[in-house]
Amino acid sequence: MAQLSYREAVSRGIAQEMARDERVMLIGEDIGGAGGVFKTTAGLFEQFGRTRVVDTPISEQAILGAAMGAAMTGLRPIAEIMFSDFFAVCWDIVVNEIAKMRYMTNGQVKMPLVIKSGNGGSLRMGAQHSQSIENWAMAVPGLKVVTPSTPLDVVGLMAAAVRSDDPVLFFEHKGLYASKGEVPDGEIVDELGKAAIRRPGKDATVLALGLMVGRALGAAEELAREGIDVEVIDVRSLVPLDTQTLLTSISRTGRLFTVEENPRLLGWGAEIASIAADECFWDLDMPIRRITTPHIPLPSADSLEDAVLPSVDRIVQDVRKGVSL
Amino acid sequence: MSATRAEHEYGAHPMVLPPDASAAQDGLDVAPAVRLDLYRRLEELRQFEKRAYDLFMQQLVKGTSHLSLGMEAISAGFGAAMRKDDYTFATYRGHAHTLSRGVGMAPVLAELLGRANGLMGGKGGSMHLTSVEHGVLGSYAIIGAHLCVANGAAWSAQVRRSGQVTVCFFGDGTTNIGAFHEALNYAAVYSLPVVFVCENNLYMEYTSIADITAVPSPAADRAAAYGLPAIKIDGNDVDVVYRTAGDALELARSGGGPSLIEAVTYRHGGHSRADPGKYRPAGEVEAWMAYDPLTVHRARLIRLGVAESELDGIRADVARAVDEATEEAKNGRLPDVESAFTDVWADGGSQWRN
Repeated sequence: MAQLSYREAVSRGIAQEMARDERVMLIGEDIGGAGGVFKTTAGLFEQFGRTRVVDTPISEQAILGAAMGAAMTGLRPIAEIMFSDFFAVCWDIVVNEIAKMRYMTNGQVKMPLVIKSGNGGSLRMGAQHSQSIENWAMAVPGLKVVTPSTPLDVVGLMAAAVRSDDPVLFFEHKGLYASKGEVPDGEIVDELGKAAIRRPGKDATVLALGLMVGRALGAAEELAREGIDVEVIDVRSLVPLDTQTLLTSISRTGRLFTVEENPRLLGWGAEIASIAADECFWDLDMPIRRITTPHIPLPSADSLEDAVLPSVDRIVQDVRKGVSL
Repeated sequence: MSATRAEHEYGAHPMVLPPDASAAQDGLDVAPAVRLDLYRRLEELRQFEKRAYDLFMQQLVKGTSHLSLGMEAISAGFGAAMRKDDYTFATYRGHAHTLSRGVGMAPVLAELLGRANGLMGGKGGSMHLTSVEHGVLGSYAIIGAHLCVANGAAWSAQVRRSGQVTVCFFGDGTTNIGAFHEALNYAAVYSLPVVFVCENNLYMEYTSIADITAVPSPAADRAAAYGLPAIKIDGNDVDVVYRTAGDALELARSGGGPSLIEAVTYRHGGHSRADPGKYRPAGEVEAWMAYDPLTVHRARLIRLGVAESELDGIRADVARAVDEATEEAKNGRLPDVESAFTDVWADGGSQWRN
């Protein structure tokens, strides 16, 4: 058992899979000799060599095209898109090619690839280097979408993503890279499509993802002092979605809150709210409440960014108000 | 302003006339049996595309279509030169490139007709023809991306030391999108075994490529930027294409890296079914119709002593094959609606939740 940082867990997970399967390759900008701009691939170039850990030009379409073509012909690549905001310059290959190829060819090809990317805000990087874009990805049939919130989940979900024969968008939260957690020795393999109950509770269900999981847990601690017992669920995987775990909790507590870092419109919580309204409406004791970043680009200044991202205080206030209804 | 971008009335741009050098290539080192095989391939692609056009006109094929009529020599020449396990990446104008790898006419026609016996069961259509077992790794309908994807297949072949070469076809219009430049640089940097083939048919879609490109030769003039030689060939002479393909494939297979080939050709028709091609100057279409790849090759074979009756026999064989394929395609049943819900995921289904 070791204490690993979230960033170390990324390279640990990749190393585990590259050592196990020689078809697993890693490509991206500055991921080799430099170990990644976020140091999430440190040591892999030295361990696996330049044939399997490939430094690329700043050519996101070329990177994802290479990953796709390789995946179609026997390799199992992991590609890095440095900041998830950069998906916008190669979204054609993700959405129109990678996501649809199996379907359009009537199952002739497999697409075993992972696209890992630094996602999310809180680092004062402004509107083009801070976005949370899981909802872009989950809107496209054919893409699996995961966001781990702990070092242990990083290792296990990376392994599950690499072993999947479907394309997986693996969102690492940049604001969590320095966070630490226990990671057992030995092989760790998790499962896509499983949510995790981080804190059991009976009064309200709070769903969160990535950086927001910790904030939801912080809010739950404060609310516990007021006698409000909150269940916090780390959704972890948006596609596939573990609706059974989510709906079971919502039906039991009767109150649903989502904590979403994305801007308001069509955030991931909107889909879950819709499912809950469809399938457990009569178990609800209050309207569903989404706690999101407002529908604005993220500002750069720390005071402004802190004011608009969902905070512990905002979660506390919204849940307290909801529970008192 | 450069000559290539001179202002002129719509459709009145300077004519680009075909070369008149086909007889000069009679001495090319291409075996007689190969030349006859190339003729058969040209006939197959021509007669197939004509049939596809007829079926569109009969409204049996829905959606859109992009035919290779007039451009068949490029896919025929490459198809003959490629190794069985090489990879092809094609565009939405990909019927010919798919057939030239040995894919049957019937499953391709059935796919156009949206039938269950189509190449992809009716889920891909005319613009996405794919047959992995024949090395056809897809037809891509949004230009640019597939050059990057072709690199990935080439990378995989390089890693696996399989000796396979990837051939990626695209049009002149593709040379002006960013992915083209990303892909060429990437292939050159990693010395990938890939051959990029620009089918320059002189028109982007409805616009003359010369009017919207900074250099006269959209692919060949860009090659130097990626450390590659400028290769510009007569894309209507199938022997020239065959020899050029062989050289580029050999270079890639022996570790010599990528090639970029600009093959100049001409569409007999418009960009797609919706386009009558009226923007082309009078005289230009006629000149290129006369310099048709089938006419060019047939005349050469006759000059070289092949009996016209033999060529007529091939033409008749192909006509029968196209008729049979048409019947087989038309006799296919419609796909089960359930098939719309298969193969989103590797487990064969479309479930996104438990």
